[in-house]
Amino acid sequence: MSKRIVYREWLIQPERYWGLLAILATVIAIGGASALYMEHEGHWVTGMTNSVVWGLPHVFAVFLIVAASGALNVASIGTVFNKPAYKPLGRLSGLLAAGLLVGGLLVLVLDLGRPDRLLVAMTTYNFNSIFAWNIFLYTGFLAITIGYLWTMAERKGNFLQRPVGIFAFLWRLALTTGTGSIFGFLVGRSAYDTAVLAPMFVVMSFAYGVAIYMLVLLTSFAWDGRPIGPKILRRLKNLLGLFVAGILYFTLIYHLTNLYGAKSTDFESFLLLQGGIYTLMFWGGWVLVGGLLPLGIIYHPRLSTDRNWIATACALVIAGGLAAMYVIIIGSQAFPLEMFPGKSVLAFGAPGDIGGAVAPYMPTLAELLLGIGGVAVAMLIVSVGIRVLQFLPESLSDRDMDGLVEPV
Amino acid sequence: MSREEEQRVDTQRRRFLGVATAGTVAGTAVGSGALTLGGLAAAVATDAASAPRTEPVSKIHRWGMFVDASKCADGCTACVDACDQENGLNLQSEPHGSNEAKWQNQRSVWIRKVKLQDRASGHVTNLPLMCQHCEHPPCVDVCPTGASFKRADGIVMVDRHTCIGCRYCMMACPYKARSFIHEQVDQKLTRAPRGKGCVESCNLCAHRLDEGDISTACAQACADENHHAIVFGDLKDPTSPVRQAMAKQASRQIREDLQLNTGVRYAGL
Ligand code: SF4
Ligand code: SF4
Repeated sequence: MSKRIVYREWLIQPERYWGLLAILATVIAIGGASALYMEHEGHWVTGMTNSVVWGLPHVFAVFLIVAASGALNVASIGTVFNKPAYKPLGRLSGLLAAGLLVGGLLVLVLDLGRPDRLLVAMTTYNFNSIFAWNIFLYTGFLAITIGYLWTMAERKGNFLQRPVGIFAFLWRLALTTGTGSIFGFLVGRSAYDTAVLAPMFVVMSFAYGVAIYMLVLLTSFAWDGRPIGPKILRRLKNLLGLFVAGILYFTLIYHLTNLYGAKSTDFESFLLLQGGIYTLMFWGGWVLVGGLLPLGIIYHPRLSTDRNWIATACALVIAGGLAAMYVIIIGSQAFPLEMFPGKSVLAFGAPGDIGGAVAPYMPTLAELLLGIGGVAVAMLIVSVGIRVLQFLPESLSDRDMDGLVEPV
Repeated sequence: MSREEEQRVDTQRRRFLGVATAGTVAGTAVGSGALTLGGLAAAVATDAASAPRTEPVSKIHRWGMFVDASKCADGCTACVDACDQENGLNLQSEPHGSNEAKWQNQRSVWIRKVKLQDRASGHVTNLPLMCQHCEHPPCVDVCPTGASFKRADGIVMVDRHTCIGCRYCMMACPYKARSFIHEQVDQKLTRAPRGKGCVESCNLCAHRLDEGDISTACAQACADENHHAIVFGDLKDPTSPVRQAMAKQASRQIREDLQLNTGVRYAGL
């Protein structure tokens, strides 16, 4: 390789840096206070009920965890698939993955009924439970990502970079599949009763991870005036386009399999036509905002060269991703469990108890603030990381990258 | 479970193995009705669950219920009321400032009256629905900490001390049998401990069984009302009232397609 990549700490002005940290810390503090409030009062202060048992915090948590494994892809492409142009991007990729995972896990834990029993969860395992396996997958991912970062940063560890990278890549695939399987294992719920869910989660993780990565990269580079060349930008946005198209493809397959499996047609008509907010979120959020619009920007001859538009496309993918998680996680719970085929449920317990009808769910502010707090934790980890350690390359300009593209 | 406890249960389990096998053979030998129940009786709890807090329970029993929906009277809530009393569910109070409609879906419910109408014929059916005490309980499979467990005698319940309130079991249960405690608990009964942030569900009045009283509050209340729609007993004992009732009438499981081999069976559905 003819050129060396120079990494340098994030050099924005101290006022700006500390201002950013102060904002993030405030958001985190508000999220923490919301969690305390939920814990103290009990979950009745949320919109969750015995029908919709996982609410908005799970939407954020699953999104962050899925995006975390996707964010590591940028590094994988560099080391595992040996694309030199991606090598300078690897360190930030690892850091972002770790940050997103920590943020997501925090939200997940703080939404437990008994977060104070975390120790029980860490010491008492039921190995039949995919949930328990996920605890290992997550902590393992964190450890491997940190190790991976070390091989990238420390010359002594460089020779390990590829094996560790491959291992990390496989681990992240397992992690996303594991997260998807949390839903796949729920036999009673028609929405999840399909094998397409796992690969769909993998493609979603690719897209959300890359979208967040690009947004962070563009912002951090713009703030301290580092150059990003059009070539690398084009590569990244094409990558994003590919993954977003992949989501649309798997979404189509998912609904087709549901439509052909006789049992799930009711759920499909709910989701696609009559589900109110869920139908809106599906078409408007998941398909339009998270799919078609960003694709339109990414493949538009003029817009696709403008970095503001590219950033917009990334933001749309993220918004669409949250909508998709909302539909997958909450829509499927709101839809009534089919227990008595051929019969209408006239009453299900005391009046007001929801059984045969679509369960209402309206998230409360506390849930939203907890979720956003998790995002802020991820951003804080990244901000501090790139400031104190050498995570960001000096330059990604075409001239500096050119030498890297052609391996000697 | 500590190693010591585990060993204790293990010896207990081995000791009962002979008895259980004998019971199974006897079970299959009795009449044609019993033959169809062969699967049920042979379905010995293999993945032994931990015992309740006091002493190990044995798998020579499998507790269960037979519900005759045709006897379940429209408008009657005797079973629900009795369960509320027995398990302190009536002591729950709506948190100050909560919304009544939401509270209806947040308070804990162990048994509910379900009213169904056949879409083709218009025929209306009533039935009580509670935890079905599955032989292969999805709630137990998914629980990360093992707080959801199945006792050797087939009762599925939650260990309130290890439940972390993740609610994954509620996602997994196909019968919506479980409730999460959404509020602070001020009053509770010693026989039915309850705590904010944990999940609970019908335990077939395990406290009665553990004291040697073979009955549940719901079945008793239904009989007291002279409806006799719920029969409780030992599914492994061919002479038990529940087996006698099942021998006389065809019954089925709700969501039989999931093959969970439920301990609660329904006729007239
Ligand atoms: S009915 Fe639900 S709660 Fe009861 S054992 Fe089956 S899965 Fe578990
Ligand atoms: S809520 Fe409690 S019993 Fe249910 S799966 Fe979680 S830890 Fe287990």
